Amino acid sequence: MMKKILLLAMVLVLSWGAYAQVSVEFWHAMSGKNGEMVQAVCDKFNTSQKDYKVVPVFKGSYSDTMNAGIAAFRARQAPSIIQVYEVGTATMMAAKGAVKPVYQLMAENNAKFDPKVYIPTITSYYSTSDGKMLSMPFNSSTAVMYYNKDAFRKAGLNPDKPPVTWPEFFDAARKIKASGMEGGFTTNWISWIQLENFSAWHNVPFGTRSNGFDGLDTELVFNTPLHARHLENIYKLSKEGVFIYGGRENKANPLFISGRVGLHFESIGGYGTMKANCKFDFGVARLPYYPDVPGAPQNSIIGGASLWVFNGKSPAEYKAVTAFFTFISQPEIQAFWHQNTGYLPITTAAYELTKSQGYYKENPGLEVAIQQLLNKPPTKNSMGIRFGNFNVIREIEDQVWEDILADKISVKDGLDRMVREGNAKLREFERLYK
Amino acid sequence: MARQYEIPAKGLPYLLVLPQMVIVFIFFFWPSAQAILQSFYLQDPFGGKTIFVGLENYIQLFTNPDSDYANSFIVSVAFALCITFFSMTVSLFLAVQANKKIRFTTFYKTMLTWPYAVATLVAGVIWLFMFNPNVGVIAWVLKHRFGIQWDYLLKFEHAFILLTLSASWKQLAYNFVFFMAGLQSVPETLVEASIIDGAGPMRRFWKIIFGLLAPTTFYLLVMNLVFGFFETFPIVHGITAGGPGKSTSILVYKVWKDGVVNLDLGGSSAQSVILMILVIGLTVLQFRFIERRITY
Repeated sequence: MMKKILLLAMVLVLSWGAYAQVSVEFWHAMSGKNGEMVQAVCDKFNTSQKDYKVVPVFKGSYSDTMNAGIAAFRARQAPSIIQVYEVGTATMMAAKGAVKPVYQLMAENNAKFDPKVYIPTITSYYSTSDGKMLSMPFNSSTAVMYYNKDAFRKAGLNPDKPPVTWPEFFDAARKIKASGMEGGFTTNWISWIQLENFSAWHNVPFGTRSNGFDGLDTELVFNTPLHARHLENIYKLSKEGVFIYGGRENKANPLFISGRVGLHFESIGGYGTMKANCKFDFGVARLPYYPDVPGAPQNSIIGGASLWVFNGKSPAEYKAVTAFFTFISQPEIQAFWHQNTGYLPITTAAYELTKSQGYYKENPGLEVAIQQLLNKPPTKNSMGIRFGNFNVIREIEDQVWEDILADKISVKDGLDRMVREGNAKLREFERLYK
Repeated sequence: MARQYEIPAKGLPYLLVLPQMVIVFIFFFWPSAQAILQSFYLQDPFGGKTIFVGLENYIQLFTNPDSDYANSFIVSVAFALCITFFSMTVSLFLAVQANKKIRFTTFYKTMLTWPYAVATLVAGVIWLFMFNPNVGVIAWVLKHRFGIQWDYLLKFEHAFILLTLSASWKQLAYNFVFFMAGLQSVPETLVEASIIDGAGPMRRFWKIIFGLLAPTTFYLLVMNLVFGFFETFPIVHGITAGGPGKSTSILVYKVWKDGVVNLDLGGSSAQSVILMILVIGLTVLQFRFIERRITY
């Protein structure tokens, strides 16, 4: 009998303990291996202390997750934390009543928070132009070049010396095709890699007003002779069969993985996929540049997603979120995340830690990406991009690019059309949030 | 003569239809009203800010050449017509063949029916895998055996053919089942009588069987058009995502893309209001003018 009472008392105490624990929801869009890692990071946090509990909930694709968040907010059922992709950044920033800026959250909860410990090219993407961090960087990546070393050998190219400039790159691509491969190169994410990152890497503006950081009255300006020259080069090679189009987003991956082309552009976030699937020796290199452009190469910009905090939660919930954000910023956690997902570490300390662990000796590709981001201190052309309706704008770019390749429109007119249609979307956004 | 019963209480009939009315109101009238209302506004997705813009969302659709709404409209109609034509003719042919007195009829019938159990999106993905220029088997055969550079990613004609093929295949089983049932209800005696009168197989089919199938055909015509117009969203979503360019961005796909992904609630609502008017118009037309001519 005594035993039973004791047991009952214990259960009561334990459940009381569970009751006092503050639980917050974290909606995310990470599936597969990355989803498991989100769970792992949350588990680490939950076992590290007893007061708070973060519950990760998978909500589908990035746009599904964002939509779920919006619907939930309108129904007053919003989660505390939501992961939003980079193209949704401007929308989240403009939704002033809906989000609680991270710098404010940290200040209100007296958290030790120094934005300087974060890698500048990453934090700048999610900060106001005067440096106030609005959302917490979470999974960040950047665009890099992947190359098939076996194909390089076969084509008589040096597998340890990947092409550095675009002329060298196109030359290598031609040689690879001539050596018997079906094509030379392909690319994912035409807007993100060949236009946005291309602009930052050459230190030329993609849009006015510091690529949109300084105001909603920004305009796209990427219809310059430099951009036209670049797309024209790719277009010409597509006619020679050296460039093969693989589809939007990351749909060109199979072309590289199946060995039909020898060069490819993809996010460093795809490093794990490449490692798991490529049955050949491959390397990662920096993005090429045009050597006659002054200031190139500058630094590349990021992609990926950040964590936003919804407004209207209780102080206890905000304390939990603060604790979680502080926890995930630790070098050990960042290094764990970085090494297991391929996404970049968000703090310099985590990069140093990974380096000291010797991780990059076995995975040199990941370090290439970080060095590319840190290449030079970011300028107003390379902090990132911030445009409203950016999802639509990228879609317009995809559509017009396909029309260019299908000979429905010339490169020059195509770029003009992208800019014209994109600017119309920017004006819509400005009108709504002015 | 049958006796008619009258319900004495006046309120009871209303009470009995009330649940149905509530459901119709909540799931049809209310969202429709919302869509009409939203189509006059420019709206922040979080509901923070709304600007009344009158008919601007509609005007944008019809006057802005960049919106390509006319093209979307034409492609949708062409798509629905092609699906209806191909899936109905092929399934009618198959149903007639399977209805003959041959061996393994049950086997054929089962095999021809099962595509219906495949979800539309999955059907799209299956075809996508076969025709993908990068990994697809059929794309490979087309290229290496027939010298056809199959590339639905950049060629509209290829994209359109692929969409039509997979949507028609998906719809084939549905049509097959109905045609089969229709064929089985054609009286054997009529067919036998026509044989005695010396009618050949073609004549028998067109003069007797096809005529008696008219109600089934009409029903399927409506269902296939509706399918082609409104239920092909998953196929487009899974295969082309509206591309190449925006050439296969059919009306329903555009509504979803603009509203759900691009968060342009006003523009998307305006499009759905137009779709709603279209459906109402189509239904009235079909049942007013076409159905009258067909005797069941």
